[in-house]
Amino acid sequence: MAIDSGAPKASFRLGMLIYDTRYRSYTIQIFALLLLMLVAAWLVDNTVRNLAALGKDFSFNFLWSTAGYDISQRPIAYDSTYTHTRAAVVGLLNTLILAIMSCVAATVLGVIAGVLRLSNNWVVGRLMTVYIETFRNVPVLIWIIVVSAIMSESMPAPSAFRGEDATASMLLFDSIAITNRGVYVPSPLFDNSLGSYDLGTLTLSLDYVLILLVIGVSIWVNQRITASATRIQEATGVRPVTWWKSLLVLFAPLIALLMFLGFHLEYPELRGFNFAGGIQMRNSLISMWIGLSIYSAAFIAENVRAGIMAISKGQTEAAFALGLQPGKTMRLVILPQALRVIIPPLISQYLNITKNTSLGLAVGYMDLRSTLGGITINQTGRELEGMLLLMLVYLTVSLIISSLMNLYNNRVKLKER
Amino acid sequence: MGDRNASYVRTEMMEPQAPPITEVGAIRWVRENLFDGVLSSVLTVLALLAIAFLLHELGPWLLNSVWNAHSLSQCREILQGEPGACWGVINDRWAQLLFGFYPSTLYWRPVLALVLLFVALAPVLFPSAPRGLIWFTLAYPFVAFWLIWGGSIWLPISVALGFGIGYATLLATSRLGLLISTIAAVVVPVLYWLLFSGDVAGWLAGVVPLEIRAVPSREFGGFMISIIIGVTGIALSLPLGILLALGRRSNMPLIKVIAVVFIEFIRGVPLITLLFTASLLLNYFLPPGTNFDLILRVIIMVTLFASAYMAEVIRGGLAALPRGQFEAADALGLDYWKAQRLIVMPQALKISIPGIVNTFIGLFKDTTLVVFIGLLDPIGLASAIRANSDWQGIYWELFIFIGAIFWIFCFGMSRYSMHLERRLKTDHR
Repeated sequence: MAIDSGAPKASFRLGMLIYDTRYRSYTIQIFALLLLMLVAAWLVDNTVRNLAALGKDFSFNFLWSTAGYDISQRPIAYDSTYTHTRAAVVGLLNTLILAIMSCVAATVLGVIAGVLRLSNNWVVGRLMTVYIETFRNVPVLIWIIVVSAIMSESMPAPSAFRGEDATASMLLFDSIAITNRGVYVPSPLFDNSLGSYDLGTLTLSLDYVLILLVIGVSIWVNQRITASATRIQEATGVRPVTWWKSLLVLFAPLIALLMFLGFHLEYPELRGFNFAGGIQMRNSLISMWIGLSIYSAAFIAENVRAGIMAISKGQTEAAFALGLQPGKTMRLVILPQALRVIIPPLISQYLNITKNTSLGLAVGYMDLRSTLGGITINQTGRELEGMLLLMLVYLTVSLIISSLMNLYNNRVKLKER
Repeated sequence: MGDRNASYVRTEMMEPQAPPITEVGAIRWVRENLFDGVLSSVLTVLALLAIAFLLHELGPWLLNSVWNAHSLSQCREILQGEPGACWGVINDRWAQLLFGFYPSTLYWRPVLALVLLFVALAPVLFPSAPRGLIWFTLAYPFVAFWLIWGGSIWLPISVALGFGIGYATLLATSRLGLLISTIAAVVVPVLYWLLFSGDVAGWLAGVVPLEIRAVPSREFGGFMISIIIGVTGIALSLPLGILLALGRRSNMPLIKVIAVVFIEFIRGVPLITLLFTASLLLNYFLPPGTNFDLILRVIIMVTLFASAYMAEVIRGGLAALPRGQFEAADALGLDYWKAQRLIVMPQALKISIPGIVNTFIGLFKDTTLVVFIGLLDPIGLASAIRANSDWQGIYWELFIFIGAIFWIFCFGMSRYSMHLERRLKTDHR
């Protein structure tokens, strides 16, 4: 007698595609895929027909034609005879410069405001609360325009610096001039410059390459010194004194190099109707920088406050019970834990800052959106290609920043069960 | 032992001495809260100096405010060289800042729509509101559309009819299983909207012509536009965000990939590029000859933008929920949607309230970006007012007015979210 083991074999019926949970997910996915393909085909078909009706084609050849417009802020060589690609690269560099400057300033301001809001000092705490709530709840565009209006309306004209009865004066021993045409700061110069190296599309200043190289090597050597000190401490229990070695390694080679290159600062000075010499930071850059920084700093301050408050008081008490001093408690116990809470939202703030640099349009800052996504599109009539490229570049920058965040998150993640 | 005499034994308690003057009352408070150590003292002095500086700069300016003036030169005449704020510009142009170029005889319509908005929100925001009001909330979008844009009443009614048809389809096909009835309830109304709704509205308007004056979108402006875009975006982005978050956590690889690509793409580009897409490129993607309202296009883009952020916030809430909750829902035999609706979402949404409200606030502030594609939002109108020779050179009063109104809305939203968090708090920490 044969024993039938197992369940009766179910024959496949068409209805199971809908009612059986084993097959239903395939039905849904195939349905979704069909729908997606239909929509995509519909969009592409519309685009092709629209382009044909307008007599346009889809090509990126415009990137290699002459741009024919000027850009006020040029980190690399550029004039109106260069190509649209070059203009886009200048715009991207301007975007990145602004983003990095704003991230640094917003972090410094935000950490200070966040810590001060937690302080026991009544006046300071309240003042910071007012700052944070005011700036967080008003659109960043308004702040940018307000700073821009302050810079152009309330700052003295260069002529106010002239003469015996000058109504305005330069700051920091005559090195920085704040005018309604921009802020002038000293620029670094090298007397015995090594010249620069031509890479074809851009020139590389050998002085800066050398300086970066020396700084890098110094930091590496310093790390070796501390590592060996740690090894000795672990073996013998006595940590050798290293601070003078570190100081020497970190600064002596750099100072020697700067002296060798003949480093000095060129100060801006009033010549004719305007300042000459030094670096001019235009009003557009200054208003974007300050506007973005004070706005984002309010958010960063809240992140910092939340991070510090997330660490339970028991941690501080445990550290004190172990005999750690307050400074070491902060450095070894509280901060490492608080940073784990603070850093992810901080990096998403950096992402927001980077994306908000596209508001440069409001004050005429020539960022990527104003060059590639603005004048280039208007001149060539290539909206489709231009916007596609613009979005791709922003997407790439954002994905790079967020993948850095994921790397960090994975490194500091609590290893739990 | 007993006869040993102590030379002095106190028999009653001594009166306690008064505490030192530095340890009581105001002096103690000042010492502890303002001058507790060197650093604190320095900070206090700096903060007081900063406040004094602000008062010194702004005080006279605010005290000398001029409210009745019709141009900047008139303001300056009244002030005679003294510093002073010229609020006359607000007095003169407040209607424009609030309504743009909306016909002034019809201001009551957007105002009524705004008042009705609060009535419609009441059953959503406050549990004590009468439950029957929820029907008004459902009807509100159509009422508001009709009030603001005007035109024939039958157009919104015929569109609303589509939702009724969808619901009827859902009920009629419920025997065929959830999947089929859901698809039918989506497809049938869409077909109705595409093929019949225009004719239905036209026919009804022919039978009973009932219409108010239509106002074209290009006459909209000011805070009206910010509120229209903001409120619609907020109302639509939450459900869309929930769907995207569920899609991103789905077991089905294809659905998951679609959700991830959509969310990461939208979050990776600035809103302003999406708005430019709406104004420049949408005509390429739609059938030749179609052209629809710029405000509607902007609302769609802003909604998509906010829904991607919303999806990430809600995904955070879902991730924070213990696995046991999902397993318990499965063990009870609930199907996917019932489990989401009854067990998962109420808890996940509660956890993500701060993030959701932050996204709402961000969306409302981002409505200012529409100025870049030529819509006259408050910032655009501020430039337009300055372009007028009467008010050329006026800055701060306009910015302060606009900023203050944004501040009131955003601050109000964040306070409400704190209240909501407290109300829904069920743990006893």
